[in-house]
Amino acid sequence: MSRRDRVTGSLHIALRPRLALAGFAALALLPTIVQALDQPFYIVLATRILIFALIATSLNLLIGFAGMVSFGHAAFVGTGAYAVAVLARAGVESAWIVWAAAAAAGSALALIIGAISLRTRGVYFIMITLAFAQMAYYLVLSLKALGSDDGLTLPHRVTLGFGLRLNDDATLYYSVLLLSAGGLLLLRRLLNARLGRALQGIRDNETRMEAIGFPVYRLKLLAFVLAGAAGGLGGGLLATLNGLVSPTLFHWTQSGLLMVMVILGGAGHLLGGAFGAAVILLSEEIFAEWTIHWPFGVGIVLLAVVLFAPSGLAGLLRRARP
Amino acid sequence: MPLTLIVEQLLNGLQLGLMLFLLAAGLTLVFGIMDMINLAHGSLYMIGAYLAASAIAASGSFLVGVAVAIAGTAAIAVLLEMAILRRLYRRSHLAQVLATFALILIANEAVRMVWGSQPILLNMPPSLSGPIDIGGFTYPAYRLVVIAAGLAIAVLLYLLVARTKIGMWVRAGAADREMANVMGVNTTWLFTCVFAAGAALCAVAGALLGPLLAVQVGMGENILILAFVVIVIGGIGSIRGALIGALLVGFVDTAGRAFLPQLFRSVFPEAVAAETGPAVAAVLIYVLMAAVLYWRPSGLFPTRA
Amino acid sequence: MKALFVAAAILAAVAGQALAADKIKVGFMSTLSGPGGALGIDMRDGFLLAVKSNGDKLGGLSAEVSVVDDQQNPDVGRQAVERFVKRDRVDVITGMVFSNVLLPVMPAILESDTFYLSTNTGPESLAGEKCHPRFFGVAWQNEDIPGAMGEVLNQRGLKNVYLIAPNYPGGRETLNGFKRFYKGKIAEETYTKLGQLDYAAEIAAMRAAKPDAVFFFLPGGMGINFIKQYVAAGVNKEIPLFTPGFSADEDTIRAVGEPMVGLFNSSHWAHDLDNAANRKFVTAFQKEYGRLPTMYAQQAWDVALVLDAAIRAVNGKIDDKQAFQKAIETARIDSPRGNFRFNTNHMPIQDYYLREVVKDAGGKITNRTVGRVFSNHQDAFVGKCKMG
Repeated sequence: MSRRDRVTGSLHIALRPRLALAGFAALALLPTIVQALDQPFYIVLATRILIFALIATSLNLLIGFAGMVSFGHAAFVGTGAYAVAVLARAGVESAWIVWAAAAAAGSALALIIGAISLRTRGVYFIMITLAFAQMAYYLVLSLKALGSDDGLTLPHRVTLGFGLRLNDDATLYYSVLLLSAGGLLLLRRLLNARLGRALQGIRDNETRMEAIGFPVYRLKLLAFVLAGAAGGLGGGLLATLNGLVSPTLFHWTQSGLLMVMVILGGAGHLLGGAFGAAVILLSEEIFAEWTIHWPFGVGIVLLAVVLFAPSGLAGLLRRARP
Repeated sequence: MPLTLIVEQLLNGLQLGLMLFLLAAGLTLVFGIMDMINLAHGSLYMIGAYLAASAIAASGSFLVGVAVAIAGTAAIAVLLEMAILRRLYRRSHLAQVLATFALILIANEAVRMVWGSQPILLNMPPSLSGPIDIGGFTYPAYRLVVIAAGLAIAVLLYLLVARTKIGMWVRAGAADREMANVMGVNTTWLFTCVFAAGAALCAVAGALLGPLLAVQVGMGENILILAFVVIVIGGIGSIRGALIGALLVGFVDTAGRAFLPQLFRSVFPEAVAAETGPAVAAVLIYVLMAAVLYWRPSGLFPTRA
Repeated sequence: MKALFVAAAILAAVAGQALAADKIKVGFMSTLSGPGGALGIDMRDGFLLAVKSNGDKLGGLSAEVSVVDDQQNPDVGRQAVERFVKRDRVDVITGMVFSNVLLPVMPAILESDTFYLSTNTGPESLAGEKCHPRFFGVAWQNEDIPGAMGEVLNQRGLKNVYLIAPNYPGGRETLNGFKRFYKGKIAEETYTKLGQLDYAAEIAAMRAAKPDAVFFFLPGGMGINFIKQYVAAGVNKEIPLFTPGFSADEDTIRAVGEPMVGLFNSSHWAHDLDNAANRKFVTAFQKEYGRLPTMYAQQAWDVALVLDAAIRAVNGKIDDKQAFQKAIETARIDSPRGNFRFNTNHMPIQDYYLREVVKDAGGKITNRTVGRVFSNHQDAFVGKCKMG
């Protein structure tokens, strides 16, 4: 493996409190600004970006910090989304229940897939995770109970209780903001703890970790399940936002897109997933207005990043700082 | 179940398998010798189909179209290899996945810019667009030609790899790249050749399958997944593995779609069978791949120790 | 200085609001790429031509049409609808081709109280129980055209039929429509994957089943491939094909050609219908685009005519949605299809014709009207709708 691909980053993840607080405050004020400008569409866009930030961060845990290149992450997202859809259609009203179910469904699937896939390594791991995601895709596509090709629509948005209705875009935005920020903080906690150090050790040299006596398989499986839970939660939030789920959520090109987000943003950096999600979704929104060929630009940028700036945007920013 | 139906479905499976082989052969060699995951392999197949369609439309001759497709795709592949892919050989698999994923995006849009978003027409040569009667059994003439072409190429590849000096270098490179280099094989030139050959095979598959499927943007992605399943089952780096794997996948997929729903209907109640039959048929090849990976992680015909 | 700037901004915003009443914003979302793209492109062309022929106006209001591709994907469609409704604030949305996109995105459109006029699919739920005051089907209800074909097969005494359609709401409803009228035996009912292109397995099964006829519904690229492969397998000599007009219109004829001659199909319109409005439409379309229009283009043309008539009826005051709706319901247009008016469930009451693909005197392959199957036909679900 070339020197460029060894993911580096200090083992301790720093969080500059003033910067973080400023960023969070800006995001918290977004709905007010947007409402003043009478452009409600952008709250929806921002919510979508935050959800994908959460999902991409969960994949970052695997790719960037644990060294596991999973090509089937879309399966967890899709599972979480369908869990919410099925429950909502069955009449479950509480957001807490359906979102928790989404995370649970994602982690359950991750446990099954991980248990089998983690017995392989390297390129075979990549291929087998891909295979499982494709299995999930075709399964969901064929079952009439899950709407087959058409997918499922959600009858209405679930509620948070306390009189907070998620039909209001701003309320949903705040819920997602809190969940995504919470996810990031949790990740940082995890990475600075022994589990995180162990995972990064496994990423850097698995054989050595095994020789020292770490339960490598179990640790990787734990990371996989955590990522699956967060991915599932993200999928559930997507279902709530969109009001519909379809088999395309499981497609391997979706997994590919998530990987692109992680790399563009910077694998192995705490905010890598979030940056990548923001860049991709904003590019889509802005450039789609100019030309239908905007993926061409994304392809060029991605290629350039892989060839010349493999630590992604976060890496560039870190280098820029003296 | 009438015999003619079984024979017809077997031939369909053979046709699909042989076309998958054309794609898998190039993919497995690139993976085996250069240790590179190339997601853009499907894009070469797409470009081959588009070039064939345009060339046939311009020249009126199917053969000319195929020839132009092969030459054009190989040329593009060589340029791609020298300019970009060469830099990826020493990088991690993740980097290769992402870089070639980027190439897919670029290729799809480039094709869209040149030919538009609509599928374009690629018709079979008129002389082959009817059925052939073989002793009371009818089968489309064109598909028989595709099968024949696939078999011919398989034989040719075998001869090339097993009986020529270049083939020996290829096998050596697949078994142990560093050793081959040390022994004096010009790996740079060999890699470019292998890549170009793989692209040529893609172009043939694209031109032959174009009239049966549709020449449209994104056609490469669907078949790429199947090609990866084939080489994982067959063993990375092995042409023989690619052939066996491709035939296996071709038959399982065709037989699954054709017979499984009926089979289920005779065993399970209608309501259950109507859904699970097609679901299982769709998932079958992936279950096959996962099973092979679990018990024979290096595939059926591994080339490396 | 700052105060002046703010005042100017406010003034501009207010002025912008005032101007808004003088135009109508239409969100045209259709399938413009992929195997179904030809249908959406024809619809777009038909609609834009109608607006252009009207001096870029609808009912006297300046028409601002925003065209977007849904890629036959409900997720993409949903996001496009969000932009239409929340960012662009359109007055009318129209243009979708496929029910697998329309059904999932419709709740978002109707919740925002935006009008939707369907240029194509008229699903059963929106014609019956879930009929909605702001939804109008301007083309047909999904079961009507295949129903006409079912009747035709009865008349021809074909007793045993093999059915095939893609597995999505439009596909299932089409076969239901056929079965509602057809009185013979169904040999087999096969549902394929939406977008499937290789029908070798299904065609082999048809050959083995030996029915009297095959009735297929495979719109766009799917139908093109199916017909070509069916003829290549030689099965067309033993088992004739029948289809609703969707797979036998100009786009398919252009792609398949000679093998289609003799194919019977049903439709609410044909380009050779003898009325002045039709002659005007076909001539204008051919002049602008250099090809004959399909039924899809004609359907979109009529949506523009309906909007034009309705806006004129309310004197351009489309902000009064109740009045606007009433105007659409009672709109009287000079449609190329001839007879047309809305039923109480906002679906059309119209005639249905039998067409045959023939080679005309000049050697050109095209559709010819050979008979009328239904007159003033109402759809089967009007009774389930609680409006009106």
